[in-house]
Amino acid sequence: MFNKGWVIGGIIIFVAVAAFPFYWYQVGRDKPFPELELPAKEKRCVESVDFMRANHMRLLDAWRIAVVRDDLLIYTSAKGENFEMNLHKTCMGCHTSRDRFCNRCHDYNNVVPPCWDCHFAPSEAVKDQRPEVGVQPPAQRGLRPGARSEVIRVNRKGGKS
Amino acid sequence: MTLTRRKFLKAAATSALSVIAVPCISQGFELEGRMSLGPKALKARRWAMVVDMNKCRDDCADDCLIACHEIHNVPYIPKAEHEVMWLFLEPYENAFPERSHRFLSKRVREKEFFLMCNHCEDPPCARVCPTQATFKREKDGIVMIDYHRCIGCRFCMAACPYGSRSFNFRDPRPFIKKINPEFPTRRRGVVEKCNFCQELLEVGRMPACVEACKEGVLTFGDLEDPTSAVRTLLSEKPHIRRKPDLGTGPSVFYIV
Repeated sequence: MFNKGWVIGGIIIFVAVAAFPFYWYQVGRDKPFPELELPAKEKRCVESVDFMRANHMRLLDAWRIAVVRDDLLIYTSAKGENFEMNLHKTCMGCHTSRDRFCNRCHDYNNVVPPCWDCHFAPSEAVKDQRPEVGVQPPAQRGLRPGARSEVIRVNRKGGKS
Repeated sequence: MTLTRRKFLKAAATSALSVIAVPCISQGFELEGRMSLGPKALKARRWAMVVDMNKCRDDCADDCLIACHEIHNVPYIPKAEHEVMWLFLEPYENAFPERSHRFLSKRVREKEFFLMCNHCEDPPCARVCPTQATFKREKDGIVMIDYHRCIGCRFCMAACPYGSRSFNFRDPRPFIKKINPEFPTRRRGVVEKCNFCQELLEVGRMPACVEACKEGVLTFGDLEDPTSAVRTLLSEKPHIRRKPDLGTGPSVFYIV
C-alpha cells in the first residue's frame, strides 16, 4: 500500500470525527431513567404495570377506535374492573400532570406523540383561562362575508331588539 | 421425489423470509379486556333533530349556540375567514336558497335559522374523505370525524352542500375563552363540525343545544322509531329539510 501512514491515519481521524457525537455525548454518561410521579391515592391502573408500560399507546389507540367508531364507552380490564374509555377522565384523572408523568418518559425516549395538540391534562387546562377572548357576540353570529342580504340588514336597522 | 440443492435452498430462503416477515406485518397486539356500551347510553338507529322555528325567539337564540361552543371548546376567532362554527344562524334565504323568493312573509324572512351538520343519510363528506377520518356510523347515523386521522385536505368541506364544516386555519386554543376540561380541543389543520353530541349521548344526556333551549325549539330523537318525539312531531306538522333534492337525506328537519 502506498502512503500507508497517511491512509491509516486519515481513516482513524475520519472515524474519530464522524463518531464524535457518540463518544462526546453518550459514552460513560448513562442518563438515569426519569422518576415518574405516580398518583398518590390510586394504586391500580387499567391493566398491569408491565402491560401499560409496553402497550399504553396501543391501548389508547384501541380505545379511540372503539369510542369514535363503535360508540363503546366501558373497558373491562383483564382483572374485571370497569373503566370509562376516556383519556381526560380516566387516565389523566389519576396522572394529573403531563409534565411530571407522560413527558418525562417521552422526553427520555425522544418520543414526541402529538397528543397535546388537542388533549390536555384537565387540571392544567382549568388554570389556563383567557378572559380576553370573547364568546360569539350576537352581532357577529353567523355573519359570513357577504352572507347577509340587504333585506336583513335593513330590517336590523329598523329596530329589532 | 428428489430434492435438489437448488430447490432446498429456495425453500429454506422462502421460509426464513416468511418467519421474519410475518411478525413485522402483523401487529400482534390484542387487548386483554373487553369493551362495552355505556350503561346509560341513549340508543337510536338514526338520530335526528327537529327545529321548530315558530317557537324560536330571537333574543335567546345565542343560548344554544354558546352552550354548544363552550362544551366542545369551539374557538371564537373574530376574523371571519378563520371562523370555526359548529352551530350557526343564517337567514332563510341562505338556509333554503332554492325556496327563497321575494314574497316571503316578514316573519320568515327575518327569522334566523339554526343550522348545523345535517348528519345525512348518504353523506357526501364521508364519501370523499381519503383517509376515512369522516365516516357515518351505521349504528346510530351520526356522521363523525376522527380528528386523529384528518389530514386537512378539506375535500369534505367542498363536498358538503350545507357549509357545515369549518377548517382550523390556525391553532384554535388561544381563541377558547374557557377550556372545558372534559373535551379535547382541535389542532391546526383539521376540519371540525357538529357531532350531535355523541359524547353526551353515550353517557345518557341529550345534546347540549337541546338541553340549553328553554323554549322547546329543538327536539332530538330516533328517526327510525315511529313512537319517538321526533317522529310524532314530523307526523303532525309540515316541515322542510335543507336541499333535499341533492339526495343526501338530511336528518335535521325545520318547521317553519
